[in-house]
Amino acid sequence: MSLEAETESRQTFKSLKAQKHELGDTGFQLKTLNDDAQLGRHLPNFSEKLESIGLFPLKPTHLDVFQVNIGKMCNQVCKHCHVDAGPDRKEIMTSETMQQCLVVLKKNKFSTIDLTGGAPEMNPNFRWFIEQIRAGDPEIKIIVRCNLTIILANKKYHDLPDFFKKHQIEVVSSLPFYTASRTDSQRGEGVFEDSIKALQRLNAVGYGIEGSGLTLNLVYNPAGAFLPSGQAGLEKEFKRSLKLKYNIHFNGLFCITNMPISRYLDYLIVSGNYGAYMEKLVDTFNPIAAESVMCRNTLSIGWDGFIFDCDFNQMLDLKVNGKAKHLKDFDFDELTSRNIIINQHCYGCTAGAGSSCGGEVA
Amino acid sequence: MKTYYDPEDLKKFGKIGSFGADNLAKDFFKYYGNTMADGALSAREKALIALAVSHALKCPYCIDAYTQETLEKGCSEDEMMEAVHVAATMAAGITLAHSVQMINKAKELTM
Repeated sequence: MSLEAETESRQTFKSLKAQKHELGDTGFQLKTLNDDAQLGRHLPNFSEKLESIGLFPLKPTHLDVFQVNIGKMCNQVCKHCHVDAGPDRKEIMTSETMQQCLVVLKKNKFSTIDLTGGAPEMNPNFRWFIEQIRAGDPEIKIIVRCNLTIILANKKYHDLPDFFKKHQIEVVSSLPFYTASRTDSQRGEGVFEDSIKALQRLNAVGYGIEGSGLTLNLVYNPAGAFLPSGQAGLEKEFKRSLKLKYNIHFNGLFCITNMPISRYLDYLIVSGNYGAYMEKLVDTFNPIAAESVMCRNTLSIGWDGFIFDCDFNQMLDLKVNGKAKHLKDFDFDELTSRNIIINQHCYGCTAGAGSSCGGEVA
Repeated sequence: MKTYYDPEDLKKFGKIGSFGADNLAKDFFKYYGNTMADGALSAREKALIALAVSHALKCPYCIDAYTQETLEKGCSEDEMMEAVHVAATMAAGITLAHSVQMINKAKELTM
């Protein structure tokens, strides 16, 4: 039985790729992002903005986070997904490529390994990979970006909270809002209800509970064409609402700006919000956020072992500059001194208080 | 100009310092910024109040701006709608409270 058939799918529409949608093509996405006619206005190039504050070419500060996208397969099909993930995506990392990751981790010092997808848990080698990473380095911080519903999607995933606990995983989970209507409008019918159940299961083994040492962070990203604002205030509101209604506890809330690529770009164009959204990103460009963008300390590894500056560049197929474009050629020094590839979507990480996989940066 | 209100004009709010009113505009924006920041009330609560006032004073620019602002501040649609109902209730209550004056006057004028 195939992986996707084993797992309860929430697929209500196909991925852009399966639809053969023009925005499923990364070249077309980049062309769109740089097309003033599509925007209905002229916006400055991101490189010009960086140049104006002395940050161009953008360079890494140090390499600290090793983020690995172990596959595009997912049990959900979220409307904003920059990965264009879903049950119909078959691209997942093989154990051979995971081995290459382990070799790189053994030879080089990273403080954090950040596993993402898709639903990373759907990769059949997911648990083995984590066991190997933990065996290789008992201290390294391991983050798993868990979409929550996967825990309930199939019996074989029900013990994930215990598995996470056993390996001292930091769990980072998307919950776009503390109400069902706004969560389901972005992530699919019934996702909120199952997410709440999954959070309760994580709480039950100690995740998010004070003194347990088990970290559970939530990710908020707007369900619409607006930016996130005020991470501290939102965290307070999330904590109050989730505790009051569902007795759910968590550690921190990361506010992440939706990046204008892939399905979210499609949503912006179809809803008529594209020009205004991009204009807002540009108008709220924050030089302090630009200094702290995550690509300056992160490497992003694709399911097939190629190396990118971030998960967004990965989804646009913008491989890193230099010779070391694949794990097999990994060169720490060259990657530390490379010029980071930027484009118009990068405004998403520098707007307002900034945005990264860990939330606000400024 | 074909209409009195133009959505593009919302972006020109910063130009209220034109025609020699630069210092007054600076004072206003400083006051505005300080008022809407976190204080005894959170910026989020203040955005909801501003949304209600936008409706009470029927300002389409403010309704656009504070719908966006409340969404950005993480307010739910329920909270936003309740804020508008507070404005509506106040408007209705204020109208009806004035009926006391009508009642008094009517009593004064009638047998």
